Amino acid sequence: MIPTLAGVILLIFFLFKFFGGDPAQILAGQVASQEQIDAIRQQLGLDRPWYVQLGIFVRDIFSFDFGKSWMTREQVSEIFVTRLPATLTITLPILILEVALAIPVAMLVAYHRGTLLDRLVIAICVAAMSISFLVYIIVGQYVFGFELGWFPVQGWSDSFWRNLVTYAPLPILLAALVGLAPQTRLYRSFFLDETKSDYVRTARAKGLSDAAILRRHVLPNAMVPVLTNVALLLPGVFVGSFLLEIFFSIPGLGREVYIAVNRSDYPVIQAFTVYLAVLTMLINLGADVLYRLVDPRIQLT
Amino acid sequence: MAAVLDIVPENAWLALWRRLQQDRIGAFSLGIVIVYLVMILFAMAGLLAGGWSEEIGVPYANPSFLGERPNLEAALAQRAAQRQGRVPDLTAVDPLAPKYAEWEKRTAELKTGERERSLTLRWGGDRWGRDVLAKAIKGSQVSIAVGVFAALCATFIGTLLGALGGFYGRWVNDSLEWVYNVFTSIPSILLVFSLAAVLRSGVLAHLFASGIWTVVIILAVTGWTGMYRLVRAEYMKHRSREYVLAAQAIGASAASRMFVHILPNVSHVVLVQLSLLVVAFIKVEVILSFLGLGVPVDMVSWGTMLGEAQTELVIGKWWQLAAATVFMAIFLTAFSMLTDSLRDALDPKLR
Repeated sequence: MIPTLAGVILLIFFLFKFFGGDPAQILAGQVASQEQIDAIRQQLGLDRPWYVQLGIFVRDIFSFDFGKSWMTREQVSEIFVTRLPATLTITLPILILEVALAIPVAMLVAYHRGTLLDRLVIAICVAAMSISFLVYIIVGQYVFGFELGWFPVQGWSDSFWRNLVTYAPLPILLAALVGLAPQTRLYRSFFLDETKSDYVRTARAKGLSDAAILRRHVLPNAMVPVLTNVALLLPGVFVGSFLLEIFFSIPGLGREVYIAVNRSDYPVIQAFTVYLAVLTMLINLGADVLYRLVDPRIQLT
Repeated sequence: MAAVLDIVPENAWLALWRRLQQDRIGAFSLGIVIVYLVMILFAMAGLLAGGWSEEIGVPYANPSFLGERPNLEAALAQRAAQRQGRVPDLTAVDPLAPKYAEWEKRTAELKTGERERSLTLRWGGDRWGRDVLAKAIKGSQVSIAVGVFAALCATFIGTLLGALGGFYGRWVNDSLEWVYNVFTSIPSILLVFSLAAVLRSGVLAHLFASGIWTVVIILAVTGWTGMYRLVRAEYMKHRSREYVLAAQAIGASAASRMFVHILPNVSHVVLVQLSLLVVAFIKVEVILSFLGLGVPVDMVSWGTMLGEAQTELVIGKWWQLAAATVFMAIFLTAFSMLTDSLRDALDPKLR
């Protein structure tokens, strides 16, 4: 994990250092004098050799101090902490809803595998996955927010409960429904893989019904790949909803990065990328430890 | 030779072709994909949708099958154009007034003609009165080209690195694994955003100012990891197989063993993964273009069409949204189905 973290830091540093624009130029704007640019250069340490700059970058990361956003003069760490709750208010319910809905649907189609129902559900899933997420959001926002008026078109407040009850439901429902199709397809294959195992044949031989086999034997065993999949999706909860945040003007992390890209606000992009990479690594580590608890056969390497 | 070998082995690709034809869904999907490819070739040659950017209709022209629909926006635009004639006389205070006569003379020399704008178009018009159907066809060309080029680039990177890592093992493998870990530990959308920020404002910005190459590079650099992992695993399996050892025994070089002997035997994995990448990349391109980080403004893709569609929908002009969605959904469904059939046809276990 340490070498990977070092690699992430190096990648981000060199990407912005050698391929990015001149920070002083971006900061000073179009009509800056040479003195102004030089002053900014000195202030940012851009006149020093690259390894000193790398040292400063590493120090910033470990002291959680990325300085201020170039555009809004807000502390970057402050931005990160204040935008995180809004993102999690949206993404965590999406993840829970998606998994909770996909498991029963996948079990149902796995139980009826090969029948018309199975093929119909899978065909609908493929077609549903071929439509861009954008279309679902545009049409969903228009129909349920604008035309029918069931939900507010967009907005956000300071109160968590008000957000969760008023503003979040529409984006959450849209994303959960869209995520359902790929999830169902995946979980169906997990269930079908398990039904080929020996223990299923044994259970059938002793006379258990298909429904009982599926519920008592297949489901617990299929939970291992399902959990793996959830662990893979978990890092996504931090930025996964950036499109929803942009459409519904939710002040979250994803929207903040998007705004930063449009403004060439490098410190914000760099800090978010490095910290979210660290979070991803920590989550993956946690997931590995969890597997060990769920399935003792798995050895940590 | 035929005397020695009683059974002449069937050419693998011919066998694939035969199996694809037997699979009805696969053959049907292949047909749709071919129709799209022909359409794209025609669009590239300028035979189809060449004039997508010409303003041939009134703003938000109705689709022909909805010709009677009131078009408030076009009426307003027309009234605004008529009103332009009456500009208050400011010659007394306008410092540019002496130049007016000269300019008017020069304007008269240029041939301008207000062309007849039609009230309806086949599938409606957009805000500037451009033909939505032509835009959708041109947009298909751009979106699919981005997806295919990016997938080819990602496949090249992934296959090359995977082959090196899997074939040589040891430190080559270790260092490539490190690179892989670095790229996969950054959430992909953040890597995309970082690259977009750098390519937009950085030293390379003027190189990729126009054209589709910014998006292609972003997608290729972020998307090669899955291919690398698969190819690496295959090479690890194959490198000590007998046919590779035999090739080594007759003096085949490492490069020859890697790309002449092993590559054809793992090409089915590469092909299926390549098709999956095309679908995934087209979806990402649509989102990036929608956000303004994708294809430049003088081009049209399904993503830029959806970007315009959002505001159009509120005033009830749904046809651009419908056109982009339908063109995209049909292609991606057909391509996904074709990929599934391809995987089934190539999977040795299922034969």
